[in-house]
Amino acid sequence: MATTQAFSGGIHPHEIGNGKASTCAAPIVNAAAPAKVTIALSQHAGAPAKCCVKVGDTVNLGQVIGEAQGFISAPVHASVSGKVIAVTTCTVAAGRAVPAVVIENDYEDRWDESVRPCENVDALTPEEIVSIARNAGIVGLGGAAFPTFVKLDTSKLDPKPDTLVVNGAECEPYLTSDDRLMIESAAQIIDGIRIAMKATGVKLAKIGIEDNKPEAISALKAAATEGIEVVALPVMYPQGGEKMLIYALTGRKVPNGALPSAVKCVVLNVSTCAALSAAVREGKPLVERVVTFAGRVANPCNFRVRIGTNLMDLVDQAGGLTEGVRKLVIGGPMMGMSVPSLNLPITKNFGGFLAFGDEGLSDEESPCIRCGRCIRTCPMGLMPAKIDAMVRHDDYDGAIALGAMNCMECGACTYACPAKRQLTQSCRVAKAIARSKKS
Amino acid sequence: MSKYVVSSSPHLRDNVSTRSIMQDVCIAMLPACAAGVLFFGYRAAVILALSVAAAVLSEWFYCKAAHQKVSVGDFSAVVTGMLLAMNLPSTAPYWMPIIGSVIAILLCKMIFGGIGQNFINPALAARAILALSWATVMTSFAPAQFGNLAGVDAIASATPISGASKETFTLLQLFLGDCPGTIGETSKIALLIGAAYLLWKKVISWHIPAAFLGSFAVCYLLATGFDVNVTLYQLLSGGLILGAFFMATDYSSSPATNKGKIVFGLGCGLLLFVFRYCKKTPAEWCSYAILLMNVASPLIERVTGVKSFGEVKKNA
Repeated sequence: MATTQAFSGGIHPHEIGNGKASTCAAPIVNAAAPAKVTIALSQHAGAPAKCCVKVGDTVNLGQVIGEAQGFISAPVHASVSGKVIAVTTCTVAAGRAVPAVVIENDYEDRWDESVRPCENVDALTPEEIVSIARNAGIVGLGGAAFPTFVKLDTSKLDPKPDTLVVNGAECEPYLTSDDRLMIESAAQIIDGIRIAMKATGVKLAKIGIEDNKPEAISALKAAATEGIEVVALPVMYPQGGEKMLIYALTGRKVPNGALPSAVKCVVLNVSTCAALSAAVREGKPLVERVVTFAGRVANPCNFRVRIGTNLMDLVDQAGGLTEGVRKLVIGGPMMGMSVPSLNLPITKNFGGFLAFGDEGLSDEESPCIRCGRCIRTCPMGLMPAKIDAMVRHDDYDGAIALGAMNCMECGACTYACPAKRQLTQSCRVAKAIARSKKS
Repeated sequence: MSKYVVSSSPHLRDNVSTRSIMQDVCIAMLPACAAGVLFFGYRAAVILALSVAAAVLSEWFYCKAAHQKVSVGDFSAVVTGMLLAMNLPSTAPYWMPIIGSVIAILLCKMIFGGIGQNFINPALAARAILALSWATVMTSFAPAQFGNLAGVDAIASATPISGASKETFTLLQLFLGDCPGTIGETSKIALLIGAAYLLWKKVISWHIPAAFLGSFAVCYLLATGFDVNVTLYQLLSGGLILGAFFMATDYSSSPATNKGKIVFGLGCGLLLFVFRYCKKTPAEWCSYAILLMNVASPLIERVTGVKSFGEVKKNA
């Protein structure tokens, strides 16, 4: 086994109720397609897509309904076939209202004629792969939803990347969608990795997986081909953080304020690689994804869902919420967002749904006792309590001077704080204010 | 209004709380307190009880008077009360722990803003004030008598360090606590059991105690021409073990960074060496070494700092 570089800091949130146990053993289930989908036109990092259908139009499955605008953007596709019944706005998990297209499902699942399998994948040039990824609306499925084609296009990079870092760590507690996908679709993930290697021109890919997923590790090891290494990583949150993962697999540290390309790495999530394979080999745009439903739901599971399905529909399919739900979390428990209602459409960056009771509620804040736990846990080597103190005194410049901009908002400090202080939130405030001052 | 709570992430919290940490410290001090009672008799128990009660009550009164949320539930006042009592001789009059605790809580902790804001260790500061005000009382110790709960009337017997050049106790006596001294400082084995508990529960880290004891021992070895016996005698004498594990590690008055902790511990060890080796007076210098370093702690923290993950050379 390759040696890995452990970042300093980190926490073991799995010790607080191992939420993965409820969903990691059962296969992914295809959720029933809904009667209508609400597809947000802004569900990726970058400029929103521009609506290119109108009410009354009949659309096919996989047809473009929103065209990418600007360089960093991604097109949006119909996830069912049927009739456009509204062009409106919807509220997404982040709380923003964004333009959206509502399609009534005719249940024919009529694929659009643009969806065609590729005859000879091996003959594709890097440029062609980048273009397919762009047209298929592939974005990072790990959570940030950054358009994947931008990462794959290495033509303008200098120096050229030499390593593809594939994120199968899934370090967030409760979430198991990547774990299941690695077990069930190992070959597709490896295929996607090979395609990404070709597009980026790198000769080496390393898949990092936390060693609490032995089945996924052996499945990918069995499927891996030449130039692809599967590396078991110690369980330590946030092992799946981009910079932590690059360090673990390559020993390189991404400088503050820089991107992975600065250390000649391209980082993709395992589920993004699977989507890339489907796009290139089968011509399928990104119209579905796997979402973990866990916590206080009657039947915790992993659903493969159509983009645009209402969350309420899916919670019903999972047997509904059980008693005592106090908080609804979209994404993982460490970095996910809590939302006030189940009335939300699934978007491309929707990693999981967790219904929490008291465990999701935080105790009242008390004064900092200077124990230093936040400093010891911070994977970025910051002093969260000091940043917090600065922010609470409105000294944002002081907070920035302490490196608040380097905070990746992993939540480890807040998790570890015995005084239950909202340290991560203070870093967010500092970052937001610094950005608003800049613009 | 939604019935669901909306808040920022993370949505999971560790079980460790301020209260659980302070309770762990109390648990860790219990063996040494028990040893104090066993060696010095019931007076030790009364002094412990009075000190804790006075500490908790004065914090309660302060919070009430200042119209603040009452903070005694975090157990930090209990810790201060216990620590102060451990630093008093069993022969101290009963008013002494009460005055000491009031000083510690009101003067050294609450007026600076309460928990986390005190720049010196409250129990140590109170001890120092008591020692300066009632020097004779603070340096009169009863001889240790294991199991004699009635205790022995105050006899000004020599403590291990006041004997200075002349060794009067065996190392085993010092280790078990069969020697005169304050209530909580004599039984090194009991203190080390508590220290092991704190390290295991990750309430304290090894940095400060290791740097403190290590630098002190190295200095003594060098100064005495590698006389291991004398060095061990010094390590096991007076309040050094109690100070290194239970007082120098006070969160508020020591640096929060690992590098800072090491510098802080080194400073404590060097100062104590200088005081003990050069002064050769009967006073217990350990608390003064820690108090001096307490004051230097913010400066140490500022100059040591931390290195961020991505702080690397940028291609240049």
